[in-house]
Amino acid sequence: MTRGITRRTALAAGAGLLAAPPIVREANAQSAFDWKRFSGERIEVSLTANPRSQILIQNQREFEDMTGIRVGAEAIPEQQHRQKFAIEFASGRPSFDVVGISLHVNKRQVGKARWCTDIKALMADPTITAPDFDFADFGAGAVEYSTQSDGRMDTLPEFTDYFILYYNKELLAAKNIAPPATFDDMYESARRLNDTSRQIYGNVGRGLRNANVVLYSSFLLGTQQRDFLDAQRRLISDTPDAIWAGEFYKKLLRDCSPPGVSGFNWNEAQTTFMQGRAAFWLDGVGFAAPLEDRTRSRVAGKVGYAVVPRGPAHHHCAMFGTAFGIAEQSRKKGASWMYLQWASGKANQLRYLTSGAGSPARTSAYRNEEAISQSRFSREFFNTLIESARISRPGLPEIVPVTEFRDTLGAALTSTIGGADVATELRRATEAFRPVLEQSERAS
Amino acid sequence: MAGSTATLDGAAAAAVTPRRRNNYARRYWWFVVPCGVVVLGTIIFPWIFTIYMSMHDFKLGGEREWVGHANYVKLVTDERFLYSILRTLYFTALSVVIPMVLGLLAALAFARKFPMRGLARTIFILPMMATPVAVALVWTMMFHPQLGVLNWLLQQVGLPPSMWVYAPDTVIPTLVMVEVWHWTPLVMLILLGGLASLPIDPYEAAKIDGATPFQSFWHITLPLLAPFLVVALIIRTIDALKAFDTIYVITQGGPGTASETINIFLYLQAFAYYNLGYASAVVVVFFSIIIMLAMVLLWTRARVKASG
Repeated sequence: MTRGITRRTALAAGAGLLAAPPIVREANAQSAFDWKRFSGERIEVSLTANPRSQILIQNQREFEDMTGIRVGAEAIPEQQHRQKFAIEFASGRPSFDVVGISLHVNKRQVGKARWCTDIKALMADPTITAPDFDFADFGAGAVEYSTQSDGRMDTLPEFTDYFILYYNKELLAAKNIAPPATFDDMYESARRLNDTSRQIYGNVGRGLRNANVVLYSSFLLGTQQRDFLDAQRRLISDTPDAIWAGEFYKKLLRDCSPPGVSGFNWNEAQTTFMQGRAAFWLDGVGFAAPLEDRTRSRVAGKVGYAVVPRGPAHHHCAMFGTAFGIAEQSRKKGASWMYLQWASGKANQLRYLTSGAGSPARTSAYRNEEAISQSRFSREFFNTLIESARISRPGLPEIVPVTEFRDTLGAALTSTIGGADVATELRRATEAFRPVLEQSERAS
Repeated sequence: MAGSTATLDGAAAAAVTPRRRNNYARRYWWFVVPCGVVVLGTIIFPWIFTIYMSMHDFKLGGEREWVGHANYVKLVTDERFLYSILRTLYFTALSVVIPMVLGLLAALAFARKFPMRGLARTIFILPMMATPVAVALVWTMMFHPQLGVLNWLLQQVGLPPSMWVYAPDTVIPTLVMVEVWHWTPLVMLILLGGLASLPIDPYEAAKIDGATPFQSFWHITLPLLAPFLVVALIIRTIDALKAFDTIYVITQGGPGTASETINIFLYLQAFAYYNLGYASAVVVVFFSIIIMLAMVLLWTRARVKASG
């Protein structure tokens, strides 16, 4: 005769039931990645206000539901955001765990001060890195951009911004002009398209100090010299190649651009192009969305996209990039790493591409034919992006005082639009900035 | 005897007054402490720290190195800084004189009675109530050389288009135009208050003596209004010297450095280049300039008072 349930059996069964969920969770973790590992934690995310951050904030709930991590995200205008995070980092107690960083401006500064943690160790840990994270999917250029000179990778790539050529198809067709293949073609076509009596201009671009350096660098990248620094990291912005780029910048903006262009930043240039008043506009890839917005733009549906024309020696387009970093002082590095994986994950990167918010750092987004065919942007736009990624090169030198450099060189370039001699202005700017750079390099 | 009296008086004073003074001081001294701490923490300490910082080469995220007066020596030879002082003085002079003249004329007009005066006065002071950054953004759109409404208006009356803030020659006068539009109402309000408080007897006497309206204005209104004019002058000068938001939003100091005033230069050094040591030296020099201007204004005020 068997006895019923004894006290001992009941206790054992109860203990077993209590222990079951953790055992099952652990078992699941071994078979499927455990996104809920940091459930219940809260992280603060500080981003720059732009369409990409808007996408992340709009879809944040998806991350919160998947991980159980609460996110407090803020998006601040670019200039103010750079100041805010630099000051907070310098204070030693940043209010955020994750931060969005413009690599073309802050990479050296962040790397030198070691403000962000090296994510290589996090990436190597399989318990906190999803199996489908697929690091190899990130473009080589983007990964290099996120890696410091000492080999530390203190940010995860988010977005690579290429300079491309926007052109007004209608204006070009009216004069039977093809998109330019070289800078010389571009200038000649712009001159032919210039019609001041109708207030139609062959070109529009950045003339305002600081903002204009990225346009100038698009021309410099086409020369034999290509860069602002030589192999010894000395400033070479007054060489014959630099002067050639300056002369080209001057004649394009002086001869074929609207009056007052010396005060134009990207927003004035965008307005002019959107109103159908300019044939060519060289600028970042992120402007495709407003240009194709039928409620705001008179050129929607008439915009052509092409890679930056070839220079006299090389064919490159200027590249800029943003990435996410985790604050070294953060106590929630695990949860923050989860956020980085989601934010720079394949789904969000595809959202960037198809919404026109920007060109993603992952290559898989460009291979998604189905999503691309359903996008409101033309095939020409995506082809331009893919080709730009192939010929891209950093558009600004990787130095700490990059803003000061842009201001100093930018003021010289603005003066040339007013008629000043290019060689004199570049020499003066180079002499003014050289000691600043030398001091900065010594400190590094 | 006199000597002994003096000794007694002195002893009595020593016996009573100092103790009373001490008691008084001891009793009330603690009431001053909170205020003293606030002044120390928010004015004196920041100032001492700014002077201390100005003697360092300190960049955000880097090491701090003592450089003595090197930052000041650099300022004296920094062309960009020296030009920013000239631009600040040019901008301030125009932004003070024009609103003062227009504000006075407007106050004289609004002091008279005419139909719908209240409505006209309300409309006139509206710009003053607008947020400077919002105002600046709207003006920026209006200044666009090809698409802005201002050039369209000029063309409607047969005038050639202007480059407004998009050319180095016209940028500061254009920024002054925004400043004048924004702050003339304030000058008008101050002077209107002054005009309302003037006695009418001198005007009646002048009328009997056959004075013309201009003579009445020149010999009666202007001298009596002088204290109000000085107040408006001081407020306008302070406002114009610290102008930053409008300039930064509209031009960011450009084209080139054509509208880079000391405030813009200082902002860039501190928050764009993170040269905190150098920026601190700029603050000290700028403060010295303001002190000098304030002394001139206070001296003017004292002279006006003395002549009154």
